[in-house]
Amino acid sequence: MKEYSLTNLRELEAEAIHIIREVAAEFENPVMLYSIGKDSSVMVRLAEKAFYPGKVPFPLMHIDSKWKFNEMIDFREKYAKEKGWDLIVHYNKEGFEGGVGPFTHGSKVHTDVMKTQALLAGLDKYKFDAAFGGARRDEEKSRAKERIFSFRDKFHQWDPKNQRPELWNIYNARVQKGESIRVFPISNWTELDIWQYIRLENIPIVPLYFAKERPVVNMDGSLILVDDERMPKELRDKAEMRMVRFRTLGCYPLTGAVESDADTIEKIVEEMMTVTVSERTTRVIDFDQEASMEQKKREGYF
Amino acid sequence: MATNNLNIQEFLDQDQKKDLLRLLTAGSVDDGKSTLIGRLMFDSKMLYEDQLAALERDSKRVGHAGEDIDYALLLDGLKAEREQGITIDVAYRYFSTAKRKFIIADTPGHEQYTRNMITGGSTANLAIILIDARYGVITQTKRHTFLASLLGIKHVVVAVNKMDLVDFSQNIYEDIKRDYKAFVTQLDIPDVRFIPISALKGDNVVESSERMPWYHGVSMLEFLETVHISSDRNFTDLRYPVQYVLRPDIGFRGFSAAVASGIISKGDEVMVMPSLKKSKVKSIVTYDKELDYAFPPQSVTVTLEDEIDISRGDMLVHLDNLPRMERQFEAMLVWMDETKMNLSTQFYIKHASNSTKARIDEVKYKVDVNSLEKQKVENFSLNEIGRVVLTTTKPLFFDPYKKNKQTGSFVLIDPVTHNTCAVGMIIDRLSSKNLPSRISDVDKGKIALGKSLIRKKERQHKYNQKGETIWITGLHGSGKNELAFSLENKLFKSGAATVLIDGSSVRSGLNRELDFTPADRAENLRRVAHICKLLNDQGIITICSFISRNNSLRQQIAEIIGKDRFHLFYMNASLEYCKNNKPELYILAENGEVENLPGIDLEYQEPKNAQLIFNPKDNENNLDQILDYLSKNKIFPNK
Repeated sequence: MKEYSLTNLRELEAEAIHIIREVAAEFENPVMLYSIGKDSSVMVRLAEKAFYPGKVPFPLMHIDSKWKFNEMIDFREKYAKEKGWDLIVHYNKEGFEGGVGPFTHGSKVHTDVMKTQALLAGLDKYKFDAAFGGARRDEEKSRAKERIFSFRDKFHQWDPKNQRPELWNIYNARVQKGESIRVFPISNWTELDIWQYIRLENIPIVPLYFAKERPVVNMDGSLILVDDERMPKELRDKAEMRMVRFRTLGCYPLTGAVESDADTIEKIVEEMMTVTVSERTTRVIDFDQEASMEQKKREGYF
Repeated sequence: MATNNLNIQEFLDQDQKKDLLRLLTAGSVDDGKSTLIGRLMFDSKMLYEDQLAALERDSKRVGHAGEDIDYALLLDGLKAEREQGITIDVAYRYFSTAKRKFIIADTPGHEQYTRNMITGGSTANLAIILIDARYGVITQTKRHTFLASLLGIKHVVVAVNKMDLVDFSQNIYEDIKRDYKAFVTQLDIPDVRFIPISALKGDNVVESSERMPWYHGVSMLEFLETVHISSDRNFTDLRYPVQYVLRPDIGFRGFSAAVASGIISKGDEVMVMPSLKKSKVKSIVTYDKELDYAFPPQSVTVTLEDEIDISRGDMLVHLDNLPRMERQFEAMLVWMDETKMNLSTQFYIKHASNSTKARIDEVKYKVDVNSLEKQKVENFSLNEIGRVVLTTTKPLFFDPYKKNKQTGSFVLIDPVTHNTCAVGMIIDRLSSKNLPSRISDVDKGKIALGKSLIRKKERQHKYNQKGETIWITGLHGSGKNELAFSLENKLFKSGAATVLIDGSSVRSGLNRELDFTPADRAENLRRVAHICKLLNDQGIITICSFISRNNSLRQQIAEIIGKDRFHLFYMNASLEYCKNNKPELYILAENGEVENLPGIDLEYQEPKNAQLIFNPKDNENNLDQILDYLSKNKIFPNK
């Protein structure tokens, strides 16, 4: 008797591959946004699967805020070379030269200039009409309502009250010039699914996810890694070695570590299952303002 | 911690094997939907931790939070929603238990957001419909159930909530159950269950309640964990809608798709729609390994033995199982746009991996989602649902939605705003009104008729008869069958070549999938008419005994067979006579257990133009009348 049923993971994988192929078929100039995080690693693997034995027919783009963890950049360079990705690295040149950074300008200005503005400028520069993102609906409340093909007007804005109906697996890819679609192939994955998939598929991820003794500073309750010299000296002096890992990766001054001794995927999952704090709470940016993620999404940030 | 590693691995290995259930929840603003979802998610998370804890050490129950937690708050989402205090859109929630993973599409109950429930429900395997035990089955319950049935959701579980507010009364529960059942029989939902719950207090949500000992069924969560869904997919009809053509180098040409339905296997002979070219499946390629076969919803890449031109939008199918390939079809359409439907618009239509343009030819009717009544309208506004006829610029390859969700569904996109303005579900077949013209005419021109070497005269001479049709109409139980069989017997013994066709002979085989709805009755007759046509062309006399309930239908049958060889006879029996003669069906129909019985809840029109009218009590004479008629018209004998 042949088996005609898929496990949860394989069903999610099939759904994601279908979505990725649909974008490649329907859009003229798609791009996959690559954040170097674990979800991005999964996305890249899914894209490879979608077009095997061919190459992925669209580029990856990393929006570099210039404040990412050094290990992230190392990881990006290593795999881009090894796998031969068509990788675009885009950053806000004016912001960078003007010295914008979280320590001097605060998280709100930094995120706006170096992440949101950089992303929008990057999308405009290359005239991408579709951009894949690795957002998941279980990550955060406002994402729970987002479509898989999420329409953005020519200002890249999302209107949560006026979303296109999305039924079955039929995706509306029609846009006018200047408008675009953000596509979320792993919308239906949970954090556990991501970890399971990484484990099952042996997908490489940035070592920062695994616990290690690292120099961290306690800043208003967040454990911030001393990643380079740009952290003010008075802060650096307070650093202490602690066994920590990162549950999400972003700009190092804005991403808090958690104390943990989980140095394998299994241990991470075990830890995750018993910790009830949601994943994004270690990202400082979400606390800036009431419902800040929704606000950022409306403005064009993912 | 090291000792736990093995255990967590066991847990992960088990977790990997879980399957996925997608469900839709529908209910009105205050009937506790968010509370139910919150509790399912929250309590199952607790169980999850327990499960993990049990693997780590001895089972240790994690303490529950007090009863006063507002579970609905756990789900709170967008700002606007918070301000209004209600859910305004579809929100997807995820949770998982030891047995399964779940995706909940949480949709609002109030009227203006029908489109969101439709959106949330399109991929659901199952729908939970909440009823407030204090109010019972209300308009909204009916609307939600209708939408679930429209979307082809096969499993509905009715959660009779707030049982705590009606003192866990079995009578109230049973009343609601009865009311709901009476309503749901009009719709097409194969599996309907009822569970009395209190979402707020947790009764029968995760654990069985001790406060309703009269209820012997399972709890909501247990039901969700065990309901059998894998057989809901269509594994029969291969539909492989090519999504992407992969040509990494000269040596490789692969056709990528998500298998929509059926099984595709290595070595299968396949046909390409629309070119109708044939080839064999050479390999089924995936990143992980080559497969011997693939099934829905897998996304794979297929290579073929032959070099055939195939592009996105084409479809691979098995030779003996083709979808319909047409430009015109009927569908149930849900209007999703703020702007009214405009019949002169040429929409984009997206169907499987195919895109083309489409126009709405005709609005047949609108369904009032509250009363389920059909209303004549010119067009649809936001949230209106009804039946339409569409014509596309190039043919689509489709199946009825009822049989195949993947190839029976489509969306219409506004050519100017690019909004998804409507979504549609293709209906099994054309309505009786359009019966002969559309089905037989669309592709008529393309079929080259075979030319027989035998002339009509030669056949008539050889059989000593004209190949024509004797059609007896009359109510169920009128005695038309008895007359038909006597006639067959008589003609046979006199040397005529005849074939007798009646309802049971076609419905037991050829037309077994057809029901007794007006549309299915019409389709049944259309097929019979075509059989008659074929047989008559070969010189055979056909004797047909069918209720064939109105003039329009009989006229269409005559048109298919050919008016000059269609002879209509009427068995003129009163309804009283028929009821006495064959009471079984009539009793069932009068009790409401059988629907669509002509004379009872479907009109039977007496024929205006019958050649002969019979008195059922006088079969001998009737038979003589027919023989006389046949002889006079040189039908039999011909000389």
